[in-house]
Amino acid sequence: MDASVSLRELMRIVIVGHVDHGKSTLVGRLFHETGSLPDGKFEAIKAMCERRGMPFEWAFLMDAFQSERDQGITIDTAQIWFKTEKRDYTIIDAPGHREFIKNMITGASSAEAALMLIDAGQGIQQQSRLHAFLLSLLGVKQIAVLVNKMDLVDFAEGRFREIERTYTDYLGSLGIVPTYIIPVAARDGDNIVNQSARMPWYKGPSLVAALDSFQPAAPLSELPLRLPIQDIYKFDERRILAGRVASGRLKVGDTLVFSPSNKTARIATIESWSAPARDRAEAGESVGITLDEQLFIERGDIASHVETAPMETNVFAAKLFWLGKTPLHLGQTYRLRLQTREVNVIVESIKCLYDPESFSAVASESVGRNDIAEVVLRSPALLALDGAADNPRTGRFVLSDGGNIVAGGIISLEGYPDQRPMVTVRSGNITAVAHGITTAQRARRNGHAGGVLWFTGLSGAGKSTIAMAVEQELFRRGFHVFVLDGDNVRRGLSANLGFAPEDRAENIRRIGEVAALFAESGQIVITAFISPYRTDRQRARLALEGSDATGGFHEIFIDADIATCERRDPKGLYLKARTGEIPDFTGVSAPYEAPLAPELVIDTDALSVGDAVADVVAYVEARFRRLE
Amino acid sequence: MDHLDQLEAQSVYILREAFNRIEKLGMLWSLGKDSNVMVWLARKAFFGHVPFPVMHIDTEKKFPEMYAFRERYAREWGLNLIVEMCPPVEATDPTLPPNARSAARKTLGLRDTIAKYGFTGIIAGIRRDEESVRAKERVFSPRGESGAWDFRDQPPEFWDYFNTDLPAGTHLRVHPLLSWTELDIWKYVRREGIPMVELYFAKDGKRYRSLGDRDITFPVDSHAQSIDEIIAELETTRAPERAGRAMDRETEDAFERLRAAGYM
Repeated sequence: MDASVSLRELMRIVIVGHVDHGKSTLVGRLFHETGSLPDGKFEAIKAMCERRGMPFEWAFLMDAFQSERDQGITIDTAQIWFKTEKRDYTIIDAPGHREFIKNMITGASSAEAALMLIDAGQGIQQQSRLHAFLLSLLGVKQIAVLVNKMDLVDFAEGRFREIERTYTDYLGSLGIVPTYIIPVAARDGDNIVNQSARMPWYKGPSLVAALDSFQPAAPLSELPLRLPIQDIYKFDERRILAGRVASGRLKVGDTLVFSPSNKTARIATIESWSAPARDRAEAGESVGITLDEQLFIERGDIASHVETAPMETNVFAAKLFWLGKTPLHLGQTYRLRLQTREVNVIVESIKCLYDPESFSAVASESVGRNDIAEVVLRSPALLALDGAADNPRTGRFVLSDGGNIVAGGIISLEGYPDQRPMVTVRSGNITAVAHGITTAQRARRNGHAGGVLWFTGLSGAGKSTIAMAVEQELFRRGFHVFVLDGDNVRRGLSANLGFAPEDRAENIRRIGEVAALFAESGQIVITAFISPYRTDRQRARLALEGSDATGGFHEIFIDADIATCERRDPKGLYLKARTGEIPDFTGVSAPYEAPLAPELVIDTDALSVGDAVADVVAYVEARFRRLE
Repeated sequence: MDHLDQLEAQSVYILREAFNRIEKLGMLWSLGKDSNVMVWLARKAFFGHVPFPVMHIDTEKKFPEMYAFRERYAREWGLNLIVEMCPPVEATDPTLPPNARSAARKTLGLRDTIAKYGFTGIIAGIRRDEESVRAKERVFSPRGESGAWDFRDQPPEFWDYFNTDLPAGTHLRVHPLLSWTELDIWKYVRREGIPMVELYFAKDGKRYRSLGDRDITFPVDSHAQSIDEIIAELETTRAPERAGRAMDRETEDAFERLRAAGYM
């Protein structure tokens, strides 16, 4: 590899500020002064201006849409490239109009440093304040303030110092210390590349010198490991967990804990294609790893080292900017996107709103478009997260509504306890039926409908194993779920029944009725019985359909070949059945009537337990979350 | 991580998001340098596999070298290749200037292909530095029912959270190379050893910097016969990349109109 390829560094700089404070002019001048304009561009801009009968307009360098040129406003973020002796730059020009804040955020979010323009004549305006506030939320820490149009105030030092003092105070309240405050006249090029002779009182660096002194964004490799799982691939015999390392480092042999499920495994390999083999990776890399053990892991899990795992909680405070067309309201539900995880959250409280004029905190019941607020969000499921102060990458999130991104925010965990120790505790979680409460009310509170997942299949097919694992996973996700199996039913409800066909039918009838009651109470019930007869299962279906539960009856065929089941034979039952020690054994000496039209088939000959669980969980997510 | 590593990691992340979030996904393969890099990045992302169809929307006016390249590498790279023909020029918007109409055939061909296969996501290899209208694109860019781009009201996109949900009848354009520059492309081609159509290399003092249809694409003056020489040339040139693409500059808004209607 040629060493010169990587020697030049690239930095991304965003230019922000109130509309008409001269952003596009500054960019044009910067390009002109550093000889960065492509051939023919100057002439093309000149021609466009002449066609419109207007004086030469630098903004046309960035404004690419005809409507932008015609109206003289920047609608969407533009990007353009230039270089100094020291390095290459991508310049991002962000619109200054308040109505295009979403585009300003789009542009500024990827910047490593920002130039904030303030018109020397007009002074600090609303967008000068809002943009700085947004930069602080976006995590852009290096800021050079350019007090522009100094020519219009006769290069007066007094005016410059006044703006410098007021704005530094405001930035200080946001925790921002501006790296430089530079007086410029962008149109004439004062203090852009060379020191301006018209402002001898200014002793600091020119704009280009200031740019060159900014530090590249610090890599997050030194922070604890966070690997949000993006996808799981099984293109060939490998089962690869794919994701981008958000922070920290990992290497083959490391023990990882996957949050929020708390499962652990070791990294077996780091996979790659057409690249040298490697045994370690760090922040920023898109990797694929395999584990020494098959765990049920899915998109949204976060891998970390055991001793530096993220916090687990279902409630947190956040500072957010709202971009939605309709206001954010107290009590409303939105989709939280936390790295690759997606889960519903409810706005539990609005702690304060920052007044768009004064940016002081005020009380409010809602948050309007382009406003900044502090809120508390609660999720039914456990979330693995970091405070933004600890990890700028995993400490931020977006909210979406109807598929559209409506907010971005940073997390504060102060005062919230870590719930990780409680994850492994299983609760009885049976709620009593209270009359006068509607099924819809229960579903709204639970975040899902009640219903029955009726597992059926041969002994040894995997019903109980899958049922228990599904229960665990659904519970973790905030579902109200309970498994009815031989152990908890035979001991009490059906203690007076044996295993003769009629006793078995009665047993199934009772289970069907109990399951329907549970479902009516809002729970998702999983039943794990062989239930070999179609009529018995049909009766259970009718019991549920006769109830008020809205989640439905879902017959799930846990399908495995009898030979497989007999080979597994966890309790030695097939052996006893073959020797006649157990009479009427399903599949051996009694029939099994396979479902004719099950809602879901889980082929445990082909699927691992983890994959089977994933299929059932995905099925439940798709059907029980819809609340009518 | 150097600059190319960062670009690669970001593109891989984008491709994996697209594959996870989009049900019917396809990748455009124009046989040019950018889309060859894009196919290569997909193989990086999916460990040697390209788990979605790769489409060539054929105007039937490409250079013979390009067709030969397509046949060879579709096979060598194990691609699930779809080739679809474009409608005739008469089917395009008659108010567009002539070269833009020729280019607009591809928009119609793409629209028909999307409808035929029911694609809900199309990966395209455009870059911000190619053209100032493309500089305003999003990584995940929603398209209306006719494939139209509403560039006046684009959704916010930040912190690598992409808008991936979309109404029925619309589709997403996914742009994994948006942050790359022409120079990045060639440096990556050199580093990875990615094969390229020979038209990019100078013959008799001319080479193609950008490949399109035979009749509306012209070579530029150049003596760059190797990747190293191309990189050296690009490090000093001030001529724009698409100087040889006639349809871009017929009128002030020709390219903007093409893109708004669904051009790549």
